[in-house]
Amino acid sequence: MQSFLLLTLLLLSIGGYYMGRKRAFAVAGGHIRNLHSLPSFYGSYTALWCGLPALIVFALWATLQPSVIIDLVVAGMPPELRNLPPDRLNLIVNDLKNLVGGNIVSSTPDPAMLEAANHYRNLRVIGNASLWVVVMTLAIAGVTYAWRTISPTLRARNRVEQVVNLFLIVSSTVAIFTTVGIVLSVVFESLLFFRQIPITEFLFGLQWSPQTALRADQVGSSGAFGAVPLFAGTLLISGIAMLVAVPIGLMSALYLSEYATPRFRAVAKPALEVLAGIPTVVYGFFAALTVAPLIRELGAALGLHVASESALAAGLVMGIMIIPFVSSLSDDVINAVPQSMRDGSYALGATKSETITRVLLPAALPGIVGSILLAVSRAIGETMIVVMAAGLSANLTANPLAAVTTVTVQIVTLLTGDQEFDSPKTLAAFALGLVLFVVTLILNIIALRVVRKYREQYE
Amino acid sequence: MNKPTASPPTKIPSRDIKTIVNAGLARRHAAERRFRWYGLIAITLGLTFVVLMFANIIGKGYPAFWQTYIQVPITFDATVIDPQGNRDPQAIETADYAGLVRAGMRQLFPTVQGRLELRALYGLVSSDAAHELQDRVLQNPALIGASQEVWLLASASVDTLLKGNIDRTLDESERPIKDNQIEWVDKLQAAGKIEKQFNTILFTSGDSREPEQAGIRGALMGSFFTLLVTFLLSFPIGVATAVYLEEFAPKNRWTDLIEVNINNLAAVPSIVFGLLGLAVFINFFGLPRSAPLVGGLVLSLMTLPVIIIAGRAALTSVPPSIREAALGMGASKLQMVGHHVLPLAMPGMLTGSIIGMARALGESAPLLMIGMVAFIVDVPKGLMDPSTVLPVQIYLWSDLPERAFVERTSAAIMVLLAFMILMNGLAILLRKRFERRW
Repeated sequence: MQSFLLLTLLLLSIGGYYMGRKRAFAVAGGHIRNLHSLPSFYGSYTALWCGLPALIVFALWATLQPSVIIDLVVAGMPPELRNLPPDRLNLIVNDLKNLVGGNIVSSTPDPAMLEAANHYRNLRVIGNASLWVVVMTLAIAGVTYAWRTISPTLRARNRVEQVVNLFLIVSSTVAIFTTVGIVLSVVFESLLFFRQIPITEFLFGLQWSPQTALRADQVGSSGAFGAVPLFAGTLLISGIAMLVAVPIGLMSALYLSEYATPRFRAVAKPALEVLAGIPTVVYGFFAALTVAPLIRELGAALGLHVASESALAAGLVMGIMIIPFVSSLSDDVINAVPQSMRDGSYALGATKSETITRVLLPAALPGIVGSILLAVSRAIGETMIVVMAAGLSANLTANPLAAVTTVTVQIVTLLTGDQEFDSPKTLAAFALGLVLFVVTLILNIIALRVVRKYREQYE
Repeated sequence: MNKPTASPPTKIPSRDIKTIVNAGLARRHAAERRFRWYGLIAITLGLTFVVLMFANIIGKGYPAFWQTYIQVPITFDATVIDPQGNRDPQAIETADYAGLVRAGMRQLFPTVQGRLELRALYGLVSSDAAHELQDRVLQNPALIGASQEVWLLASASVDTLLKGNIDRTLDESERPIKDNQIEWVDKLQAAGKIEKQFNTILFTSGDSREPEQAGIRGALMGSFFTLLVTFLLSFPIGVATAVYLEEFAPKNRWTDLIEVNINNLAAVPSIVFGLLGLAVFINFFGLPRSAPLVGGLVLSLMTLPVIIIAGRAALTSVPPSIREAALGMGASKLQMVGHHVLPLAMPGMLTGSIIGMARALGESAPLLMIGMVAFIVDVPKGLMDPSTVLPVQIYLWSDLPERAFVERTSAAIMVLLAFMILMNGLAILLRKRFERRW
């Protein structure tokens, strides 16, 4: 229905393009040199007048229509339904939508509901019909206006280019809106959360058990929202990951850039980067079904008790995932060190490894630190591996063989499944998200700054 | 002035330096070799992980492409299917096909008696077998009254047994399949009435609680719709942003802000985008949960920075002489970009977008936030239908205990990886084929 309308609008605009072009030829008396712009610009000018205002009205209408209709239907309901508390009213509106959509309704619909559903249907038909009329009128009016204004002196190219320019500028602001959206959504819900749970308790509390009661008199109704165990768990797993990724990644980068023959490098570097392209859910599967049982059996053979969702398994696999980040970022950094420094070192009689450890690494250190920081931020924000391979219980421990949970795991568990949007349980997820966002942002800013400073040093 | 110097510069004979250096040489060369070995070990380790993971997944997943079927003699009894004899489609559709399957199974093993025994016998075929018969009859009503040998889908436990994943030596209570069932399966196998066929169900059906009936079609379609939205939104906006920042934007604080923003967004954890989608698209704009439209919106916000950064790199690689030539011929700035710079930068931009789309295809964390984790049997038909995507399907299946699901999870991963390889291969091809070095 609505896609059909859009298609019609598109066809009309294409028609408008040809009409405008023809009109331009006509007013120019068949000689293009009389026109200010190329005829195609007159065509685009007409097409834009046809499509753009209609499209804007269409978008506004389509977003507003459902809520307006609901308001009208609710206003038309009998007073005993209309005056229900808002949450009950919401349920009724949901039932109504199901009734209209022809889905199964929870209870047998009473006459008032059936009437409201009919009302809803009628309003929707009226709304859609008037949308057609309005959009088509606008489109035709637009074409007519453009048709009438086309003259040899009309600066069609400038008009069209203005519109395109506007589109470019609006597109570039999407990034800003995204950031603003992230900050606003996370901060807003977090503020609601901190109104119920003090921020100091959240940041410094040692207990995490986000159960909230369904009924007021339920046992164990008071949830605890101290996030320190989550931070500790995140740090533990990320730490294990870095212990795996930094040595392997750094040594690979050094070998590839300093020792490897070009042919070996051409094969090994992309092969290593395959690791970066594998979806994280695959790593999670690998960690949960292969690595974790392996570690547990290994631990059992050594007489150690290893939890089946040990931090070690998740950290190890996460480390594997991060190897290509460390290696390709350090590779860039190492290659940025000027060749003259290597040559100087060789001239003094240093061996290759001495050159690397005494000259190259100190020179590249800031850049390497930057790339490690980026990798850390990546590890902290990684979700699927820990969701699948790390535990759910918030233990405050530094034992890599025990099960710990992380910030991202808790966000996922708090927000998947049935939820009431204003309970502290769901809001806690946004508070955790805020912490995650701020921490990774700070790490990234520091890292980017360090890397940039370092690059400038050798440019 | 002629003071004798307190200590004349100690003159070491050059021979001594040589000996000192030579003495340390062996140690230094050993250190050099060691260092070299560390590097080689690191790379080998990394590559081993790649190989191990692929081998592990392929080893687990390839049996899932075959599925066990049992040949059962079925009598399409007219008194059961169409008691009135008027070929009423309603009656044919609701007939007791499960009864026909049971009758067929009894015919295979006429000696089996007793309720428990019979139930175990019926358990050899999947509950989907009745639907299979129903489909056959609805498609070809002439079958009514006839008898036919029909290949019916075996249950997951039979399939798992035949793939060698159930230990026959275990105690009966610890196996998902009982002793008498194993005996029947062995008999069927000896009679050639059981075989493995290519698993089309995996690609033609949606999710299911029964492993043998579960497929990835729903997830594939969900991924397709989600990526469609992602591409339609992020490609035009990404290209437009790249063009604006690279070709038109004045260098001022505003554009600096945009640039900083884009770089930061590229490094924001994906789950935070999920929170954004939940708070903004679902709670604020009231879009439906689990819809590919919302998934596509979230993923396009995530993919945008990738496309913008790749697009800008592609634009900067176009030499300024092209721009100057176009402007010199009297083109407007927009014509210069649209007719000359953009077409030359397009391969690079497409390469970047394909890589971004491949990443979006593998992304699952933000989609968990917006409810694309529901158990959905129906294959989605549009942007608003509740659906899931391939990586999330993998996540959902990986949680299930049955061995048959582990197999299917690995198979789904293989399909996912095949798509990723395909997309990245396309990107590399595009770059090799069209990239110009100036």
